Amino acid sequence: MKTERLIDMLATDGSVADQPTPSRRFGIAVLGGIAAAVVLMALGLGIRPDIGIVVHAAMFWIRVGFAVAMLATALVAATRLARPGVTAAPGLAAIAMPVALIWALAAFVLVQAPEGSRLALLLGHTWRVCPPLIAALSVPAFVAMFWAMRGMAPVRLRLAGAVAGLAAGAAAVIAYCLHCPEMAPPFWALWYLSGMLIPAVVGSLLGPRFLRW
Amino acid sequence: MVSTNRMSTTVEAAEIVLRDCFLAGLAGDAAQYRAFLEGLTGHMRAYLRRRLPKAQDDVEDILQETLLAVHNARHTYREGQPLTAWLHAIARYKLMDFFRAHARREALHDPFDDEHERIFAASDDEPANARRDIGVLLETLPDRHRLPIVFVKLQGLSVAEASLASGMSESAIKVGVHRGLKALAARLRGDA
Repeated sequence: MKTERLIDMLATDGSVADQPTPSRRFGIAVLGGIAAAVVLMALGLGIRPDIGIVVHAAMFWIRVGFAVAMLATALVAATRLARPGVTAAPGLAAIAMPVALIWALAAFVLVQAPEGSRLALLLGHTWRVCPPLIAALSVPAFVAMFWAMRGMAPVRLRLAGAVAGLAAGAAAVIAYCLHCPEMAPPFWALWYLSGMLIPAVVGSLLGPRFLRW
Repeated sequence: MVSTNRMSTTVEAAEIVLRDCFLAGLAGDAAQYRAFLEGLTGHMRAYLRRRLPKAQDDVEDILQETLLAVHNARHTYREGQPLTAWLHAIARYKLMDFFRAHARREALHDPFDDEHERIFAASDDEPANARRDIGVLLETLPDRHRLPIVFVKLQGLSVAEASLASGMSESAIKVGVHRGLKALAARLRGDA
């Protein structure tokens, strides 16, 4: 087919009125991903029995706030990476902020803690299962985020995959917060972040293959 | 100095004209959208011929692939963003794809980053022949993709007419065109 004929073909309709807007795509993916993670958590792990009491604790909301901040900043980076010609740097810098804050809080708690209790603050009781459980809960959000990203036009596939995976991990942590008994910031800074990094690494590996267009 | 100024003026003018056509096209003006695609084709052909001095035979293929990619990604352009930056990122992505697929080392010796404006620096309306035939690839698509494209995009039927002619629902026709062009792009890069 001659290029002229291709232009004839494409020119008949450039309207984008029928297409879902990019922000809607990511919105659907995130809300669906969180909902699926909550259902999986409730059925498979169970909501922690003292949830009615713990919602009155500031630490509970700091923990949820960390997860929400990770999700929000990862989404900012994802929507930037989804568009050709938009620099990703501000989005990636945004992700570093909640990470820095949680590490600062963790360092503060560790410094204040009495000698000998620090390892317990870092490991809690559930450090072994925490990252794999978060990774498992992130699977639906991961698929949804990749679907949303595939509907866009990322040109840095590895990075786009990693950030989509990180957002899925953060969505999973929001659900996991309703189950997890750990209330020490050093634990979150270490293991929640590790849990989010698993889908992020998987995303960076799968991006070049599944996000091509 | 004078020639630099003249070039940047040409580039800015091209950006403004093409962006106006593009935005009107997105809003549903088919004639303006055609003008955009034709303008882009000229600039892109010159750009690729300059970029690929040793692979002139591939220029028309990459050009067609880029046109299809621009069309398929048109909803990702954000108003207010320089159109050149958006187009350049897509062109660059398609070129990298080409280099990866063909591993043409010698072509890589000519670096092409950070040259946004150069896309619009010149225009070339002399087509060469493409090696891969999009028409032939189109024939390999499944009916649910192929028929909507043939009826709506090639024969110029309305969605309603295409629906009657094919027995598919109107929404299936619309979805078929949209997905079909993406599937065509995948065939073109040798994926599916």
